[in-house]
Amino acid sequence: MTFSPGDLFLILPELLVITAACLVLVLDPVLSSSQKDGLAWLSLGTLAICMGLIASQMNHAASAFGGIVIIDAYACFWRLLLCFVAGLTVLLSHTYLREERLYFGEYYGFVLLSLSGMMVMVSAADLLTIYLGTELMSLSLYVMAGLKRSEPRSLEASAKYFVLGAFSSGILLYGISLLYGATGSTRLPAIAAAIAGRSLDDPLLLAATVLLAVGFGFKLAVVPFHMWTPDVYQGAPTSVTAFMAVASKAASFGAFLRVFVEGLGSLKANWSAIFLLVCIATLVLGNIVALVQTNIKRMLAYSSIAHAGYALIGVVAAGVAGTQTGEANGITAVMLYLALYAFMTFGAFTIVAMLRKGGLDGDEIEDFSGLAARHPLAALLMLVFMVSLAGIPPTAGFIGKFYVFMAAVEAGLTWLAVLALVFAAISAYYYLRIIMVMYMREPDPLTAASPRLIMSPALSIVLACAVAGVVFFGLYPSPLVNLAGHAVLTFK
Amino acid sequence: MAELFFGYFAGVIALTAVLVVALRNPVYSALALLVLFFHVAGLYVTLHAEFLAAVQLIVYAGAILVLYLFVVMLLNLKQDDRYHHQWRIAAFVCVPLLLEFLVLLAGNGVAPQSSPLTAEQTAAASDNTMAIGTTLFTTYLFPFEVASLILLVAMIGAIILAKRDIGEGGQT
Repeated sequence: MTFSPGDLFLILPELLVITAACLVLVLDPVLSSSQKDGLAWLSLGTLAICMGLIASQMNHAASAFGGIVIIDAYACFWRLLLCFVAGLTVLLSHTYLREERLYFGEYYGFVLLSLSGMMVMVSAADLLTIYLGTELMSLSLYVMAGLKRSEPRSLEASAKYFVLGAFSSGILLYGISLLYGATGSTRLPAIAAAIAGRSLDDPLLLAATVLLAVGFGFKLAVVPFHMWTPDVYQGAPTSVTAFMAVASKAASFGAFLRVFVEGLGSLKANWSAIFLLVCIATLVLGNIVALVQTNIKRMLAYSSIAHAGYALIGVVAAGVAGTQTGEANGITAVMLYLALYAFMTFGAFTIVAMLRKGGLDGDEIEDFSGLAARHPLAALLMLVFMVSLAGIPPTAGFIGKFYVFMAAVEAGLTWLAVLALVFAAISAYYYLRIIMVMYMREPDPLTAASPRLIMSPALSIVLACAVAGVVFFGLYPSPLVNLAGHAVLTFK
Repeated sequence: MAELFFGYFAGVIALTAVLVVALRNPVYSALALLVLFFHVAGLYVTLHAEFLAAVQLIVYAGAILVLYLFVVMLLNLKQDDRYHHQWRIAAFVCVPLLLEFLVLLAGNGVAPQSSPLTAEQTAAASDNTMAIGTTLFTTYLFPFEVASLILLVAMIGAIILAKRDIGEGGQT
């Protein structure tokens, strides 16, 4: 036997999430439709317990299953973030699904199963396990994207996501197999030991690095592997879009950093050059294309692409930095950025989900016109999220960008920070346009049904959490900075 | 001798892989895929992984491909030219990649790696099936269980996406 009961205790949060998911799936056909709310509360309760457990694991590092799983502060940071986002998703979905008439109890099961995949991704130190975690996450998301079956766009999103996701998984797996061929192991520490001192002269290693970069590039939705993002984000039910945009991106970054820092750390000079190009392309394309979008979900999709670009600056800075503190600063900045990004993006998508137009999503930017007059509070919250996404102080978005840019400057990439700053200024245009539409423009009197806003206590909690995160961490970021700094990975 | 077999199997695999995407009749493509699966199984035999070879035949050639052929014949896809207008793009991507890789290979060559197990060691280790079973249920227990969850998701997901008329109001 290569595992002990202690190993099971380490992965207790994952086990709880999976048990709750199975329970939801089993209970769903038994319960009458009025009792199905209970499934949401069950999921929520489990997630709360898991967050408590993970917080208690935060301070010690341990490995389980013979080094396949590593539960360290880094894994706990991401798992905590992911559980939190999943909790918000459950709360948001509770109202949104009723409005969309999607009475699927399985929905919550899929949120939890997808979450368990993400948690496996960020805590695995074995490429095969990371791959399986990715697949578990993605497969659940493919299904969730297609849940709105009455709408062709949702099915299109699901099919598109599935085909491109399967394709990218193939590439990722190809990279993993070549890396296995080059190093003789799938464990990250063993890989790091095998390639220490080797360069990319070995064609196997070069091909493996490039394929891994491409495979993760698809999951992170960075240019030029972003093609699926706008269509999928637009077509999927908005609650699923919020979950995908925040949680799946955070989990992918968590696994991506672990693989490239802990596994391929000695090739950092080589891969940071790749990601520098990807980063610049992402910043340019994400921000420029977002300017011309008329659908807010598409706009937020391009904005999420651009934000992945900002986070990549931290990765590049960590790769380029010569000193150990420089590297740590880069990684910390990425972790901090994604945590702050979670609050603002989730908040923005929640407002989008709340806006309804005659039984349909009110997801055109035009639908926001005159919102300030009718729903001043919602408009104010949207304003906060947009200002934060644009990176204007004193919001969380500014703090995130500040740390990323600082890491870049410290690593000697001042020009990259300046370039990113220019694109942040450009991005302010399309975020402020939403604010302009909400506050300055009157709704078109010719359109019959003016959009209305759905409200519920659950949605209020989601918005309160999101806006509290954006404002609190915008004014007083040090708790989160310390947490990320404590959890940071070191190059091996 | 081993190199000869490897050369044969690898050559046929590469050839049939190209045929799968190049043939215009989906049934022919599926048959090319069948030949490919057989040769992959042959490759496993040369590595003394008899269990994998058998699984390859039973699962891929036996189950998956037959299902695939069923679908192709049910949909009655005789000829599908929709996907055959991308030769230029494909060539544009693939030829530089191939050249690049060949240049790299010619320039440096692959560093010989001490792989964890050679074919002889695998054969000598113990019963092939038992070795796989032991590894799967001890060292790789965790990923194995994750894989089982993936199958669960795939199964339930397929049911949810396919059962069209139950569960939702439909009228928006």
